[in-house]
Amino acid sequence: MNEMTRIETTLKDWETDQEVRWCPGCGDYAILKAVQRTLPQLGADPKNTVFVSGIGCSSRFPYYMETYGFHTIHGRAPAFATGIKLANPALDVWLVTGDGDGLSIGGNHMMHVLRRNVNMQIMLFNNEIYGLTKGQYSPTSRIGTKSPSTPIGSVDRPANPCAFALGVGARFVARGFDVSKNLPDVLKAAHAHQGAAFIEIFQNCIVYNKDVFNDFAAPKGAEDRQLWLADGEPMLFAGGTKGIALDRDLLELKVVDVTDGDWQSAGVLVHNVKNRSIAHMLVELPFGPFPMALGVIYDDPRPTFEEAVADERARASEGKVPSLAKLLAKGQTWTVAEKARAGEGHPA
Amino acid sequence: MATQMAEPAVSATQDTAPDSVVVRFAGDSGDGMQLTGGQFTLSTALAGNDLATFPDFPAEIRAPQGTLFGVSAFQINFGSREISTAGDAPDVLVAMNPAALKVNVGALKPGGLIIADSGEFTKRNLEKAKYDTNPLEDGSLAQWNVLAFDISALTIEAVKPFGLGNKDALRCKNMWTLGLALWMFDRDRQPLIDWLNTKFKTKPDIAAANIAALNAGHAYGETAELSGPLKKLHIDPVPAAPGLYRTITGAESVSLGLVAGAQLAGLEMFFGGYPITPASSILHYLVRLKEFGVTTFQAEDEIAAICAAIGASYAGSLGVTSSSGPGIALKTEAMGLAIMTELPLVIVNSQRGGPSTGLPTKTEQSDLYQAVYGRNGDAPMPVIAARSPSDAFDCAIEACRIAVEYMTPVMLLTDGYIANAAEPWKVPDPETFEPFKVKFLEEKNAGDTLLPYKRDEKGARPWIKPGTPGLMHRIGGIEKKVDTGNIDYSPENHQAMTDARKAKIDNIAVPDQQVTLGEASGALAVVGWGSTYGPIRRAVDNARKKGLAVSHIHVRHIHPLPANLGDLLRRFDHVLMPEMNTGQFKTVIRDQLLVDAVSLTKTSGQPFQIAELDAAIAKFFDGIADNEGGDVPANRQQLPTPESGHDDGSLKAGGDAQ
Repeated sequence: MNEMTRIETTLKDWETDQEVRWCPGCGDYAILKAVQRTLPQLGADPKNTVFVSGIGCSSRFPYYMETYGFHTIHGRAPAFATGIKLANPALDVWLVTGDGDGLSIGGNHMMHVLRRNVNMQIMLFNNEIYGLTKGQYSPTSRIGTKSPSTPIGSVDRPANPCAFALGVGARFVARGFDVSKNLPDVLKAAHAHQGAAFIEIFQNCIVYNKDVFNDFAAPKGAEDRQLWLADGEPMLFAGGTKGIALDRDLLELKVVDVTDGDWQSAGVLVHNVKNRSIAHMLVELPFGPFPMALGVIYDDPRPTFEEAVADERARASEGKVPSLAKLLAKGQTWTVAEKARAGEGHPA
Repeated sequence: MATQMAEPAVSATQDTAPDSVVVRFAGDSGDGMQLTGGQFTLSTALAGNDLATFPDFPAEIRAPQGTLFGVSAFQINFGSREISTAGDAPDVLVAMNPAALKVNVGALKPGGLIIADSGEFTKRNLEKAKYDTNPLEDGSLAQWNVLAFDISALTIEAVKPFGLGNKDALRCKNMWTLGLALWMFDRDRQPLIDWLNTKFKTKPDIAAANIAALNAGHAYGETAELSGPLKKLHIDPVPAAPGLYRTITGAESVSLGLVAGAQLAGLEMFFGGYPITPASSILHYLVRLKEFGVTTFQAEDEIAAICAAIGASYAGSLGVTSSSGPGIALKTEAMGLAIMTELPLVIVNSQRGGPSTGLPTKTEQSDLYQAVYGRNGDAPMPVIAARSPSDAFDCAIEACRIAVEYMTPVMLLTDGYIANAAEPWKVPDPETFEPFKVKFLEEKNAGDTLLPYKRDEKGARPWIKPGTPGLMHRIGGIEKKVDTGNIDYSPENHQAMTDARKAKIDNIAVPDQQVTLGEASGALAVVGWGSTYGPIRRAVDNARKKGLAVSHIHVRHIHPLPANLGDLLRRFDHVLMPEMNTGQFKTVIRDQLLVDAVSLTKTSGQPFQIAELDAAIAKFFDGIADNEGGDVPANRQQLPTPESGHDDGSLKAGGDAQ
């Protein structure tokens, strides 16, 4: 996000007149509403807001936002967004991508936008499937996923989006899911972060990968399976009866029981969004033995790329008066005088 | 053989000065031949001669020393008349080692002069160059004049007072050689001395040693008891139009043209690039021009480079990207998006030999199909081609103008020859340039409604900067509805939008085609584009002096073509099209104009020689039916053609040849 004047808007101001064309029941609807609900709360200005996307179901997102929008080509949205930010750093850029767009065809660009730390919010809708091309397995699909291209089950190991983001140097990593009431808070934290903010949003593809996230996202028993992280708060779940502690011998996380709310003596960790080592462990927690780590996992800003580029440009330009005429005549020159033969001039 | 038709060799012993001389400096990649050539070029320009150069270096950054494929060469043609090519066969060959001699001597004119460093003709170096006996001693060079002396020893001697080690001392060899060459052509040493003092400002010892070597080489020519072939030659300056001049390479000229173009459009420039030979030098040049509102971005790959440039154009800057053939192929999908979203963009393609990695450091014109046709869907894009280093300046401005006036990507074609070659350039006055200031849309353009795809009289849609109040809209690669730009897949809409995109490009105002040299009708038109301009012009000039009814027509606007081109070509009995490809522009001309053009093709990574074109033109007048056109076989006598090595053009270490 950027320093900006707060603008008063309502959810309606962010809706376009375009008919939304996702499948009925698609998780994308919930994410769209969450974004449209969040932006007024941020005081965001539609005219300074740009949604950039690649290709896939998620990438139709810009058409439904009453902002500037650029629906680009498959996997390359981070590169377009980088160009937009460098050309006009004042724009508030949101990038919308999916697991195929952002991690398969566009994995390279995702890596570089994160390590460069271009200031924008990157929402990766992870539904663990290729929806728009009718259901092939994706780079985040679990082993054994049956799909038109893997009829007896996929054999390649899935990528972990948040682990990837941290690995390539992201300074903000968060997780949420489509219908979660906490999603707007995650989006707000991402917007407040100066730099590339990576948000993995689990999204239910009801046609090709229905309810694949139900194991942790289903309302029933959610408390036991979701670990919502908050900076400065203990890592508790299951109604405060369980927590996450550090096994100091094995240097890995473990689940501990908490009795009578005494999480301190159980050794439960207090979440520190600036702790990169713990963040690595949190994004790698195997679901099942552990709950799903959600919310803001890591948030430790560094100077942004576009600031660095602008600073360098300012420094290089300092005290220079750009004159095209002088530029063209630069270097060793010679003058041919009127009615004289060449070669009688002298090096300038 | 083409060289048999070349002018008789200019003997360096003749008393009257020739009107032009071709000198080739050749040595090991580590011998500093490109630098020697560059400085000799500068001194030639300062002497007021017209000139053209051709640097030729191996794809490897540091090929093994002394080997045949590690030979680097720099050829310069200069004279007291207009010079339009780097010259066919050299009059003088400076060979710094046996490998350099072996690779290059075949090209030397009979009677030409060889200057060789005998100190390098050791047993070991002779073996590396695959010589059984020492050519300087075995009589095999009898058809040439040979001047062999121990340049290595003479250089070490000259720099002795500066206490350099042997290795550092030998690094000054190229300056010694340059000193001799400056003497030979009656040149002033002072500009070079100034240059060395500036270059080695922080290392005054090195500067002094180099200057001593330079002076020693010069003095050697002046005072040594040189008998025989070595004799001072003075080439008269060319009468030139009054004004300020400088030398310029194609890469510099493209960069300056882009900066000028952005200024004329009133825009900041965003350049997205990815290192690739021979296009990288544009990135290197522009990165130093930040104060002109230039932002450069070295992207993670070719695709990101163009995508970032399109993103910048979307945000209201002039987006520019540059590459060479393989990189252009990677950018292709993004070009389609720029065509679909109708955003301005300039794409510079410094062509090299292909396909695939091909010949990274050699020249070719084989990306014309890629430029004109190479995209999915009906994706028309303007294409213009520069003919020389200095012409690339005007072409770059023209590309910027078309891009912003018609809201379209434009491809500017240059090639490895244009990018690296240098020529004198009369510095233009920016006051004389016609501005084409961009007007962004500031308010709704249809009453209360915004129509992002409403077209103006040129067929261009408005350019709308994000951040403008009340003009929020969405664009993308999906087919858009006429006027509104909303998604629309309907049959009649796609037909209408396809037609509109095509009409916009077809109707770009292109200046009428002029005849470059000769009459507007006759027996033969020789039609060229790009860097073949120089040799074609010279060959047509030769033919016309023989009284043949030949004209030269050089086309800058490849797509769309000048409207009068078809009529013009039909006024000739024959149309010959020399190209450094297998006949790509010929196909376009035959297709679009129904003109029965004949190809002359050459795909050896080398520019055309004048003699080859002389021969091809002569065939049309030899009275033998069907004896026209054809192809020019690879010519081993031309520029160095390594006998082994660089099979894949791959990098040895961190350089710029890929």
